[in-house]
Amino acid sequence: MNRLVSMTVNGEARELAVAPNRTLLDALRNEGSLTGTKKGCDVGDCGACTVIMDGRPVNACLVLAIEAEGATIETIEGLQPSYDQPHLLQQKFMEHGGAQCGFCTPGIIMMAKALLDENPDPSEDEIRFALAGNICRCTGYTKIIDAVRATAEELRKAGTL
Amino acid sequence: MKPFEYYEPASLAEASDLLRRLGKDASIIAGGTDLLVEMKEELRSVLHVVNIKKIPNLRNFTYDPAAGLRFGALVTVREVETSPHVIGNYPNLAKAVSLLGSVQVRNRATIVGNICRASPSADTIPPLIADGASLSVYDGGADRTILLEDFFTGPGRTVLSPGDIVTGISLPAPGPTSGRAYIKHGRRKAMELATVGVAVSIEHVAGQCSDVRIALGAVAPTVIRARRTEDLLRGRRIDAALLAEAAESAMQEATPIGNVRASAAYRRDMVGVLTRRAIGYAMGGAR
Ligand code: FES
Ligand code: FES
Repeated sequence: MNRLVSMTVNGEARELAVAPNRTLLDALRNEGSLTGTKKGCDVGDCGACTVIMDGRPVNACLVLAIEAEGATIETIEGLQPSYDQPHLLQQKFMEHGGAQCGFCTPGIIMMAKALLDENPDPSEDEIRFALAGNICRCTGYTKIIDAVRATAEELRKAGTL
Repeated sequence: MKPFEYYEPASLAEASDLLRRLGKDASIIAGGTDLLVEMKEELRSVLHVVNIKKIPNLRNFTYDPAAGLRFGALVTVREVETSPHVIGNYPNLAKAVSLLGSVQVRNRATIVGNICRASPSADTIPPLIADGASLSVYDGGADRTILLEDFFTGPGRTVLSPGDIVTGISLPAPGPTSGRAYIKHGRRKAMELATVGVAVSIEHVAGQCSDVRIALGAVAPTVIRARRTEDLLRGRRIDAALLAEAAESAMQEATPIGNVRASAAYRRDMVGVLTRRAIGYAMGGAR
């Protein structure tokens, strides 16, 4: 039996009708029509499904959609300040070649955002530790770390986060 | 994932009743990071999922220098990992829990959930046993307290029966001469299950050990205490010769199996190496 679940997704109130065995990931992608969040492994290993739930990064494949009742969810679609302007993280990923096939990128960018929200000046080790649950098959990670560091630097220069 | 019935009891009494009535086809969901994987991979058939997040007071977290640390069943691994009280007073626990899965998993997973799953290689369990942790269990009547080291009966098995709910965990405060360490051994640094885990909590003054607890993970059907090794150390001065003896003794106490992650012989060797190292770290880390 489907239930109506209310949540705030990217600042917008949404009501999704889901069965109890629907994950937040499938609900966002199907009922929510937000396919930016990717399904890699579906069991918490790859991080492609990372969204920010009530301020904390989680694997949307390991959250039941009904558990998101009342929650605030941020996905990659909500990141851009306007439709023709990328978020600084997205900008830096492009500049540094931090995305190749791009499948891991939405999850990595959401995880990086959560990291920078909490720690605006992370060391390389702290970036690696934070991104340990995000698997990338293409880039070899170096460029991803460069992109995150460059974002942090620029945010510091601008004095805003 | 197969369909299931979903419940959100509002009290412990209601949850316990429900779980007793539904029996073995029911499971509690707290963090869900293990349960949902097991259900998706059909390692477990679960027809009824009982969410305990609507029950009040299961998120409490308190530290008192005399009474120690106490936290509820819904406290996440990440909360424990980042708590200044845990980092300052239980560095072994802080380290161990920071090695469990990813940040994303730790934001959902609970310590009590990780314990109740009763994996012999769980990262949270060795330091908690070494620190003398105990669980509070609700069974419809008065809460009972179970020492964590008495909680496990085998891989994935505990003393709990249907209707029992672990509501929280408490750890005694560290003494002024305590030293603690946890070492996890694996093939890579992150997203890894322990090949061997060793936790040591020791009381010592000027190199003399007055009390010690050593817990070994992933080398027996449950996490175990290396009691003979502890006896060897208690009341003695810790020097290189005694450390070598302790390492040998811990290797004898372990009963590892070989599996895809390591052979039995390798695990046993590592118990020796890591026990010696962990005692050393714990002594160095005395406050
Ligand atoms: S799809 Fe969720 S972690 Fe891989
Ligand atoms: S860019 Fe292809 S998986 Fe990361």
